[in-house]
This record gives sequence, structure tokens and C-alpha cells, in this order.
Amino acid sequence: MSFINYSSREINCKIVYYGPGLCGKTTNLQYIYAKTNPEAKGKMISLETETERTLFFDFLPLSLGEIRGFKTRFHLYTVPGQVFYDASRKLILKGVDGVVYVADSQVERFDANLESLDNLRDNLEEQGYDLDKLPYVVQYNKRDLPTAVDIDYMRDALNPTNVPDYEAIATMGKGVFDTLKAVAKQVLIELKRGR
Amino acid sequence: MSSQLVLYEEEHAQIVEICDALHIDACAKAVFLVNKNGQLLANSGDTADMDTTSLASLTAGNIAATGGLAQLLGEEEFAIQFHEGARDNVHISLVGQKVILVLIFDERSSLGLVRLRVRRASEKLATVFEVINSKAEDEEAPTPFSEITDDDIDNLFGDM
Repeated sequence: MSFINYSSREINCKIVYYGPGLCGKTTNLQYIYAKTNPEAKGKMISLETETERTLFFDFLPLSLGEIRGFKTRFHLYTVPGQVFYDASRKLILKGVDGVVYVADSQVERFDANLESLDNLRDNLEEQGYDLDKLPYVVQYNKRDLPTAVDIDYMRDALNPTNVPDYEAIATMGKGVFDTLKAVAKQVLIELKRGR
Repeated sequence: MSSQLVLYEEEHAQIVEICDALHIDACAKAVFLVNKNGQLLANSGDTADMDTTSLASLTAGNIAATGGLAQLLGEEEFAIQFHEGARDNVHISLVGQKVILVLIFDERSSLGLVRLRVRRASEKLATVFEVINSKAEDEEAPTPFSEITDDDIDNLFGDM
């Protein structure tokens, strides 16, 4: 749910990075945080376990600049990817304006990708959202790893609706900002439509 | 339900006024109003040194987690939370199931006073939010974004 504040002339939107455990959702946010000007970002918050796995969410507030006199702010969240944190994932999807699905390209994580994607669809439906009607992009991460699945095969399985998708190596930043730009653009286009 | 929360200057001024009054009446250090998605709607008091964006996000996460816990236990919601620190305390409450009112206070105030003042302020805030919600339902008001162009959007990403 976007929030337009006429008093402070701000628009706030929420983008959620979703995907199976260890696919690189947090790495995406860490790279964005590292490469963004200090004045454009707030503090990045990671609520993680002792072993640095996401426990509840990561949060990164970003300012993208002004549009028609309104400051645009995007709040980026990740969900915990591990299967048993489903209750937390549902909570974080509340009020979402755009979704990035981060897939792990390694062949041994192929089933985990499918399971996570089904879980995304189910959890969105539970909150009254339809993934096909939301701003949504797919990222195929870890393209540099030796067991990466053929990209066409991944597309067929994970992006049947042909939303914008990007190959990525999040640790090196490849594809990270392309992904963010694509989803942010879609969110703004939805605002333009007065959703 | 509208998918957007639109806060116009008139209602925003009313909200700020209520928060300012609560800040004084409850002898609080700071007062925040946050929506359930973690977006800061208004704040009052000594907030210059606080990371208000993070505070709003974490408060909403806290309320969401507690709400999930409540449902598991068959409760509709736990409407009030209180966190006691060595120096500062935090009182968090839900207003009209929609927004979260946060007070930070120290030894100059007390939990009893805070609860009393919060209850009164919540009633006033609920009235304002009823107006905001009815405006959202009644009006198909054009947003400032209805006229943006693709170029406007592209320009935002010039530095990325």
C-alpha cells in the first residue's frame, strides 16, 4: 500500500524481495546499500539469527529523488527464505507494492525455487493480492556458479508470465540495480494509473 | 479497501496537533504515529537524534509479529505493548486497527499517565482516521502521479 503524504510531499512504497533460503535476497540489499549515496539511504536493518540467516526481515529505506515535487521513497524488505519461517513471510507481504522474486540458479536449488514461488503466490493470495496484477520482476541470481541451470530452462519454469527478468550475480552487483529499477518503475506506473 | 493511504494537509495538521498535545500531556520524550506497513505518518517531541524511519519499520514489524501471535492464541489483537528499559520506556498501541501510536518516555512520566493520555488521544485520532478513510472511499481524487510521464520515471533512475 503506497502512502502519499501531501503535507511533507512524500510518496512511500514498499518492495519485497522474496525467494528460497540463501538465494541472495539480503545480498541484493547489501549491495544496494553499499553503492547508494549516503544522502539517498537510511540505515539498513537486518533482523538475523546468530548464524546470520534472516530471522524476520531486512529493511533498507531508499530515496530516489523527486517526481512532480514529491520525494519518492522506497522501503525495501526481504523475507526470511527458510521454509519454516512462513508466518513471518506472510506478515512482511502485508501492504506490498511490488515484488522481486530472487531465484537461485544452482541446479540443486531448482526445486526450492519452485516451492518458494508457489509459496509466494499462496501467501499473496492469503493477503488478497494476485501476483499477476502486482508490479513484479524475477531475478536469476548466482549465474556465475558452475552448476547454474540453463537460463531458458529457468525462464520456462519460473517466469511463465514473462515479467521483466534479469540475470544476476548479486555478490558482484551484476543485475542488482537493473532489478530494482524495473520493479520501482512498475510501482510508479501503477501509481500513475491511480491504483 | 483503498490500496493507497493518502494523507492531505488538513488531516495531517490535525494528527500532528493531537501528537503534539499528547507529547505534552503525557510528559513523553517523543510521540510517533506509524501505519501498519511501517511508514511514519507524524512525529512529535525530541526526535532529532532518532532514526525515525527505522523506528517506524521496526514498530510495524513488532505489531505484525504480535498480531500473528495473537491470532495463534485465538485473540483478535494485542492492542497494547509496553517495553521497559533502564532509561527509556516504549508504549505501543493500536488506533482503530489501522495505525500504531508509539510513545517514548522516561522517569519524568509514568505508565499510568501514558495509558490515560494515550486512551484519550486515540479517540481523537480514530475520528481523524475515519475522515481519512471516508475521503479515500468517496473521492476518486487525481493523484499528483496521474500526469507523470515515462521520462519523469526514467529521470529518477539517472544516477543508478
